Amino acid sequence: MAFRGKVWKFGDDVNTDEIIPARYLSFTDPEKLAEHVMEDADPSFPGKVSKGDILVAGKNFGCGSSREHAPVAIKGAGIACVIASGFARIFYRNAFNMGLLILESPEASDKIREGDVIEVDQKLGIIHNTTSGETFQVTPIPAFMDELLSDGGLVEHIKKSASPR
Amino acid sequence: MGMTISQKILANHSGLDSVKAGDLVQANVDIALANDITLPLALKPFEDAGGKRVFDREKVVVVLDHFNPAKDIDSASMLAKSRAFAKEMGLVNFFDVGDMGIEHALLPEKGLVGPGDLVIGADSHTCTYGALAAFATGVGSTDFAAAALTGKCWFKVPETMKFVLNGTLQPWVSGKDIILEIIGRIGVDGALYKSMEFAGEALAALTIADRLTIANMAIEAGAKNGIFPFDHITNEYCSGRFKRPFKIFETDEDAEFAEVIQLNLSDLEPVVAMPFLPENVRPVSEVKEVRVDQVVIGSCTNGRIEDLRIAARILKGNRVAKAVRLIVFPATPAIMLQAISEGLIQDIMEAGGAVSTPTCGPCLGGHMGILAKGERAISTTNRNFVGRMGHPESEVVLSSPAVAAASAITGHITNPSDIKLVQ
Repeated sequence: MAFRGKVWKFGDDVNTDEIIPARYLSFTDPEKLAEHVMEDADPSFPGKVSKGDILVAGKNFGCGSSREHAPVAIKGAGIACVIASGFARIFYRNAFNMGLLILESPEASDKIREGDVIEVDQKLGIIHNTTSGETFQVTPIPAFMDELLSDGGLVEHIKKSASPR
Repeated sequence: MGMTISQKILANHSGLDSVKAGDLVQANVDIALANDITLPLALKPFEDAGGKRVFDREKVVVVLDHFNPAKDIDSASMLAKSRAFAKEMGLVNFFDVGDMGIEHALLPEKGLVGPGDLVIGADSHTCTYGALAAFATGVGSTDFAAAALTGKCWFKVPETMKFVLNGTLQPWVSGKDIILEIIGRIGVDGALYKSMEFAGEALAALTIADRLTIANMAIEAGAKNGIFPFDHITNEYCSGRFKRPFKIFETDEDAEFAEVIQLNLSDLEPVVAMPFLPENVRPVSEVKEVRVDQVVIGSCTNGRIEDLRIAARILKGNRVAKAVRLIVFPATPAIMLQAISEGLIQDIMEAGGAVSTPTCGPCLGGHMGILAKGERAISTTNRNFVGRMGHPESEVVLSSPAVAAASAITGHITNPSDIKLVQ
């Protein structure tokens, strides 16, 4: 499964307060949260992001709070995936659990520029930058995480692997 | 090869003799916690997974502490949903206005978490309970939903970083300064995915309050958990309070550490973390002219009775600076009552401070102390990210209760030893 999208670039240590500030945590609706996605990192972002766009960031993306509103807001905005040189651990879990595609690639994070158009081949673990012509490898994910993804998240995984009480 | 405390707790709860860093385990949890922000988002996954009832009515704990008492109609609706869930599930450990305290102060105080426990919480500061020799870590709402339903959670067994604390703390230096100093050294991702284990001769002089503060901020270094070994201080705190049997685990002599970091506490002076990351740590002496508009004392990091005693000792007989707003949040009702009986609330209020019912409110920019554009707070909380306490162009400086109280009196970042104490 491959897809193509335009890149929005962010720096290191993007925290969940920037992804979705606490003043919007009284909402749970993905569309409502999406209206404020990345607002405290870039106030103009919710107005300019389009469905299918891709976020590329530096190290420790999603650090801070455990709020699942953060991956929900990103997914709600139609962002196809997040590529970073690394992710904070709770965000990492949350993304897999609720089915937001995230990819680790320090090289891609370093070299891809804002506005580049990139192609992601999830199956092959390859990111191709159509703007620069470069190709990057994605850090492979543990087999269990792969299983979670192919089941469609933690809820589906639980339904599949254990009989509900 | 030997195991660390964290690895032993994970092995024990997974029915395994041993685990090593990198293993994936499916473990039974002793407590699964959520709050009024994270529970509403867990309801749909809980239902979607076929949830009709929780795995254990005593072990699924809900504390409505973030936007409670409700700050607006939207948060009131979230609180209502949370209350309905707690009622429907018949949760025994459900805490609402009146009984409610800030979750990570409340659970240890109520004896709901203790030595050897495996705790997950849909709140990143769940790592606080590592102070009691428990393995405790923050997760999201979906993980909580899964654990509330099945009693299980999956974990990747973390590597361990060991922090060896030696020496003696100087006056007005506390657990908050220790953890800020550590984060300043290793950075906000310095312990990413790892366990932070605290050791060394200085532990013998570190109170449970200090340990709770230190473990609380392990997440600010990216850690999975922070953990202290069980000793007589843990025993004294948990005895008569923690109802389940203690499970005591010790790190093996031949356990492997990803890194060992030494810290001499005798060299430590009061520090603060300047905006906009907890790793921007400076000695107070370097930033003491920086002015503040608001001072917040409280939170899951520093809202315990020991913290209020320190603040009140500095504030007693002094006066909060004219243009400064001091807001104090005792973390639980029991702490508030204790502070009243010790006269601390009177000291704080006579100095010009405001005292509130427990809430996480200002720490995350929720309510009860939001900053306007251009304003700066010094706060005993745990995060100073952009916009954390309000407007994206406001600032938060993190400090200990002692530094916060001293700064309230002068209106700028102040070393407590520069304040004249009034007896």
